[in-house]
Amino acid sequence: MDVIEASNIVKRFGELEAVKGVSFSVKAGEIFGLLGPNGAGKTTTINILCTLLKPTDGQARVNGHDVIKERSQVRQSIGLVFQEPALDDYLTAEQNLRFHGYAYGVPRNVLEPRLKELLEMMELWDRRKGKISTYSGGMKRRLEIARGLLHHPRVLFLDEPTLGLDPQTRRRIWDYIHDLRKRENLAIFMTTHYMDEAENCDRIAIMDYGRTVALDTVEKLKDGVGGDVISIKTEDNEEAVRLLEGQYKFKPSIENGIISFTVSHGEEFLPKFVSGFPIRLISIGLRRPTLEDVFLKLTGRNIREQEVDSMQKLKNMAKMRGH
Amino acid sequence: MAIVFRTIWVIAYRELVRFVADRPRMFSSFSMPLIFLLIFGAGFGRLIGQMMPGVDYIQFMYPGILAMTVLMTSIMSGISIVWDREFGFLKEVLVSPLSRSGVLAGKAIGAAIIAMVQGAIMLVLAPIVNVPITLGKVLALLPLLLILSLSLSGLGLLIGARMRSQQGFQIVMQLVIFPMMFLSGIFFPVSGVATWLEVLSKLNPVTYGIDAIRQVFLGTEVAGVTVFGHTMGIVDSAIVVAMVGAVLLTAAIWVFNRQE
Repeated sequence: MDVIEASNIVKRFGELEAVKGVSFSVKAGEIFGLLGPNGAGKTTTINILCTLLKPTDGQARVNGHDVIKERSQVRQSIGLVFQEPALDDYLTAEQNLRFHGYAYGVPRNVLEPRLKELLEMMELWDRRKGKISTYSGGMKRRLEIARGLLHHPRVLFLDEPTLGLDPQTRRRIWDYIHDLRKRENLAIFMTTHYMDEAENCDRIAIMDYGRTVALDTVEKLKDGVGGDVISIKTEDNEEAVRLLEGQYKFKPSIENGIISFTVSHGEEFLPKFVSGFPIRLISIGLRRPTLEDVFLKLTGRNIREQEVDSMQKLKNMAKMRGH
Repeated sequence: MAIVFRTIWVIAYRELVRFVADRPRMFSSFSMPLIFLLIFGAGFGRLIGQMMPGVDYIQFMYPGILAMTVLMTSIMSGISIVWDREFGFLKEVLVSPLSRSGVLAGKAIGAAIIAMVQGAIMLVLAPIVNVPITLGKVLALLPLLLILSLSLSGLGLLIGARMRSQQGFQIVMQLVIFPMMFLSGIFFPVSGVATWLEVLSKLNPVTYGIDAIRQVFLGTEVAGVTVFGHTMGIVDSAIVVAMVGAVLLTAAIWVFNRQE
């Protein structure tokens, strides 16, 4: 059964069209990732599914309930971890969870054991009486995941669950997420702009400028790149690119003095290529494609370049405001 | 409907837990009325007292200070919404199945309970500053304080319903709340001042709250606001405060519900 069905969701903010007709469905027990650069419309999409925003057009159902007409049923069946912490700093971890339990109407005889189970799972049981203001970023995120699960939701939404956390904590959060899926059989819907993290998802929708440009399993997306990625450095890169395009019919891209292109059966291609290529090679490498390559192929841009772009935009905006 | 009641109690419960957890806030909400009571009472008391023969200034001012305690705490319920929004907790509330109207009602009731506790502490202080108090007076005061507190929470929540920063709230505090406080007859009688001041005072709902409380202590001789020739009794004033409060709270709920 599909726990999320989104069809042709559109969201406009005045002139700006943040989401331009997005459709997908998510099955129970699946980890579904929305991958894309900052500003691609990921958070807007999540906010629509969570009933925090009304879509301008299109329809979405979560756990069988319409996100516009049956808001409270949708809210009851989802757990949510936001990009920014949404905890009450003045309360203890336990008090934050209890508030959540009362708010979602979790019966008292269920609430206490569930609270203990989740805090133990997230390794926060010993710190349950600590105020949130004394918690580290990673602890807060773990507590929020525990809180999101307290009322037995069917879908857990994670908006950039590991943003701003150190690599070690990020890995631990992922361990919890995998563990959870096994234990609770719930669907996990997450957004991320970390390519390496997206690899943890069963299926991924790649978003760019408010559209989904691809939707498939990680493996299939990588296969779509067309085999293996060969990267070479030569004494005359311009001439090499010309040759690769003309004679070899590849679509090479060049970045930081390194030319990359994809071929099928890279291992067999490599010896032939090295002996036949007329320009002197300085280095050559072969690797399996990453999601980064998938994004590059689909959009013609590098996801990281775009981040720089959006940072630059922010800076320009700040300048215009006179900061 | 059940969800509205659950929302009210959950939100009010959290306001109370938070109030107890936040010691500096607890301390500051008691200290200001105390400081006013001490400084005005001891310092200006004799001086101002000469202008109002027959009434001890501290006896005149004490009901005002009591109302001010309630006013401060109630208005603070508004800043708690801004606080929740600024620190992200509001999202947790908005995405839960709780009713949004209930959220505001819960905040108002939470603030009213806290205000009542503070009012009670002020009442305990009454004999110390030589204000006679009886059980009858206390029983008459509690519903008045409750109505005043709920109404003023409505004002605080209306201001906070859409506001994004605490600084903004502080500015509105200074532009709205302080004038309201000084124009309410806390420190001087509303009658017998310049006409424009008197008109402003009579438009101020806090004036009626304070007047009703003052009437409980001093009777109608000193207190009693005259509106179009009618001298307002305790019940009249309480009705005015309740009606203004109902309008403010409804407006706050409407504004709060409109946000996406």
